[in-house]
Amino acid sequence: MIEFYPFIIEAIQIVIVLLFAPLFVGWVRMLKCWFQGRTSAGLFQPYRDILKLFHKDVILAENASWIFRFTPYLVFGVTVLAGGIIPIIFLNLPFATVADVIAIAALFAIVRFFTALAGMDIGTAFGGMGSSREMMIGSLAEPAMLMAIFTVSLISQTTSLSNMADVLIHKEFILRPSMAFALLAFVLISIAETGRIPVDNPATHLELTMIHEAMILEYSGRHLALIEWAGMIKLFLFTTIGIASFFPWGISTSVNLINISAGIIFLILKMGFLGIGLILIETGLAKMRIFRVPEFLGSAFLLSTLGMLSYFILE
Amino acid sequence: MSINLAAQVNSIMAALILLTSFGLLVQRRMYGLLHLFAWQGLFLSVSTAIVGYVSGAHHLYISSILTLTLKVVLIPYILHFLMRQLHIHKEVEQLVNVPTTMLIGIALVIFSYYLTAPIRELSTLVTRSTLAVALATVMLGLLMMITRRHAVTQIIGFLALENGLFFAATSATYGMPLVVELGVALDILIAAFIFGIFFFQIRTTFDSLDVEQMTQLKEED
Amino acid sequence: MTLLILLSVSFIAAVVLAFVGDRKFAHEINILGSAATFIAGIGLAIEVYMNGPMVAGGKFFFVDAFNVYLAVLTSFVSMTTAVFSRRYMRWEREHGRVGHWGMRFYHAMFQLFIFAMLLALLTNNVGVLWIAMELATLSTVLLVSLYRTPTAIEAAWKYFILCGVGIALALFGTVLLYFAAEKVLGEGGEALLWTNLSQVSDKLEPTVLSLAFVFLMVGYGTKVGLAPLHNWLPDAHSEGPTPISAVLSGLLLNIALYALVRCKVLVDGATGTHQAGYIMMGFGLLSILVAAFSLLRQKDIKRMFAYSSIEHMGIATFAFGLGGQIATFGALLHMLVHSLTKSSIFFTAGHASQMHRTQEMDKIKGLLRGNPLVGWGLMFGVMAIVGMPPFGVFVSEFLILTATMKDAPLLTPLLLIGLGVAFAALFRRVQPMVAGIIPANQHPLKAAHIPVILHMALVLIIGLYMPSFLAEWFHTAVELLK
Repeated sequence: MIEFYPFIIEAIQIVIVLLFAPLFVGWVRMLKCWFQGRTSAGLFQPYRDILKLFHKDVILAENASWIFRFTPYLVFGVTVLAGGIIPIIFLNLPFATVADVIAIAALFAIVRFFTALAGMDIGTAFGGMGSSREMMIGSLAEPAMLMAIFTVSLISQTTSLSNMADVLIHKEFILRPSMAFALLAFVLISIAETGRIPVDNPATHLELTMIHEAMILEYSGRHLALIEWAGMIKLFLFTTIGIASFFPWGISTSVNLINISAGIIFLILKMGFLGIGLILIETGLAKMRIFRVPEFLGSAFLLSTLGMLSYFILE
Repeated sequence: MSINLAAQVNSIMAALILLTSFGLLVQRRMYGLLHLFAWQGLFLSVSTAIVGYVSGAHHLYISSILTLTLKVVLIPYILHFLMRQLHIHKEVEQLVNVPTTMLIGIALVIFSYYLTAPIRELSTLVTRSTLAVALATVMLGLLMMITRRHAVTQIIGFLALENGLFFAATSATYGMPLVVELGVALDILIAAFIFGIFFFQIRTTFDSLDVEQMTQLKEED
Repeated sequence: MTLLILLSVSFIAAVVLAFVGDRKFAHEINILGSAATFIAGIGLAIEVYMNGPMVAGGKFFFVDAFNVYLAVLTSFVSMTTAVFSRRYMRWEREHGRVGHWGMRFYHAMFQLFIFAMLLALLTNNVGVLWIAMELATLSTVLLVSLYRTPTAIEAAWKYFILCGVGIALALFGTVLLYFAAEKVLGEGGEALLWTNLSQVSDKLEPTVLSLAFVFLMVGYGTKVGLAPLHNWLPDAHSEGPTPISAVLSGLLLNIALYALVRCKVLVDGATGTHQAGYIMMGFGLLSILVAAFSLLRQKDIKRMFAYSSIEHMGIATFAFGLGGQIATFGALLHMLVHSLTKSSIFFTAGHASQMHRTQEMDKIKGLLRGNPLVGWGLMFGVMAIVGMPPFGVFVSEFLILTATMKDAPLLTPLLLIGLGVAFAALFRRVQPMVAGIIPANQHPLKAAHIPVILHMALVLIIGLYMPSFLAEWFHTAVELLK
């Protein structure tokens, strides 16, 4: 029976991922409205958006190929798969043992690759532009992200996210400059990867500045719903990766109902706080010009490298 | 505070000093540079005080206070005053672009790490690991002086370099003898006044503090 | 006691002169102060000559044969420079090149500079040595920019930044030195005292010291003006007022070299190898060659002699690096005669450019006829500096060459090439300046005789016959530096 429970928890976790992701986005949007002194649309608006899109018809461009049609499903599926690997409420997930952080990074790379292909598939100017920008950001963000994660791996001597969190939970707490650097770098990368201000603005379709929105401009109906949903899940997952590698305390280590529910409560609390942090960043900064983005990601890379160096130098 | 915790806090300070060094390297705005420099001085001062506490070398408190007054209050104030007087607030252009500078900077950190490796092995102090950071700060200050062609930024680079030296003194040896520390502080103070005078001289003679214009003296062919 | 007088006179003079400012008698006070310093220096030298090395002021000061001769030299050259600057700076003031504040500043900083150099020489503390070196830089920076011309400010800025950075690296070296010393001598001020360090130098950690020496070499080497760190030197010498060029070239470079040699002794003791010596030889030789070939291209008279200073500092550094009885003796002698000769050359060069209102050598002509003292002074000065017998530089260079042939025969040709090229370059330039008829742009000038005559006479005497006390001093110093 013991072997069976983890699978149930895995299933619960995937459900949590699917459900909590729009909730988190809703929370972030609500906070943002409050910060800007507007009335918010409520915590559940993202659900309504997705639902609305599912009810609408799909309109395809004439020259859309199979890639264009196939991409939303792939993007959604792969993202959810990634959600199954990351220890969100429980450490020893069955999926987690087969894939490590590098695999997660690769999954996100697949998502990016196909979204970019789909963006170019129709042949509109915006799609291509968005794709090229997205690939530029990706090519800079991925090495930085791996460096940041590797810094944490160096401390815990493993690349599996579950084991990393496990080591952090059980080891004596030490102030580590390398972790601080890696965390900072990770925050910068997450902002770039999930298309938030100051790199990209998810709320506008301003032609000159948009990146992610430009790629998915031609999508509609359930395709768009899936992609939007996947985008929300991505934001959620980056947050949970951050939690697992930097603040794993609270994630359940045993198959135990109390622990699991405590894990869920901790998750909600942490997400709540991180949402506030995200909003503080977003309202505090202005969107930067696109050619400043390489510098932004360069500093992320610098920070993660410094993290790695200070592991060797200072610890 | 236990020795272990103090050592941890100290290495966090070291990390922050390193971070501000890099910040100085990539920051474009003048006032931003000034603030970063003041922060660096603050971290240095805190770190010195911590080391003084841990080691029981109480003269370090004096040098910590010296750093605080000189590097966090006085010199930034003087520079701020000068910048207002001379209307310097434009963005500084760099000779080398930012990513390249960063990469060189990282290479310098690694270089310092290897250079100080034999000392780290010989030392028994809890702060020994920060020596590499100190040397890196010195090197990064040098790099900043090379990549920036503005009188004010060169001075800030120079002062950051001196920060690195102070840091080296505390991390390698729990501080130089007090006479030396006081003397060095005095020298820095004099230097501060001298560059203040200099800024005015350069300004009145060249109409700008861009060091690029100062290229008249070279070997003629 | 004498030591205290020696140091305090120049400091007090600096303060007094800051208040006296631009008054008529400021020059005389300046001379008086330097003369008093010189007398105190002589007194100290006699004391050391009689009683041997001494430690004073709670171990804070330390005098031995090596630094006392440099202290006497420093106070002597500063005195003659003060005499020279009376006529020279008065002329500059009358011709409006320096203002009221400039003069006040000039006098005060001149004395402060002397104080800093003497402090650097006499202190027993390696850390204070560094502080005094930095003070010497800082006190001269604004003197280099005294004329406020764009080029002067550029030169001063370069001097400030390059020497600042260089000396900062030397501080890092000093920190490392302290790190090594602390292990042997325990914490606190005692660990930086030269007298303690030199006794335990064989116990210091060799790896740390060789790393420290690299930093010290680069740091103090910048101040010595060794290639490739010499960029500031020609600019600072050519753009500053001539008395400052004279003391920079004749004294400051010596002091920096002194600091370097002191450190080298410690490093040699610790490592037990000749590694530090090789580094110094490399830098020295490079400086000789770079300076010699740069000499060929010079158009500005003071700039040319600045390069000549680099060359001679290179020779001295090379000789110290070579080590051994003869070479070290030669190096010490070379520091002395170069200082005397070069400051005298700068005196005459300064007057020559005042007479022609320019420092461009093409426009300076007919000095022998226009002002025999300046003409002959420059002529003999250059003959001395290129190493012609019977002047003192010939003796020192001869000694160094002999030692090189013995210890490092393969380097002799390089050294000879450097000396030969410098010889040709300087002579080619000097001949047209001193010879010929008086050109239209030459103006008569009342030159300062005494300093030039005094210096050249001394150099000649040392070349012809070395006083026994001097030789004895040098021998003691050589023993110290082994």
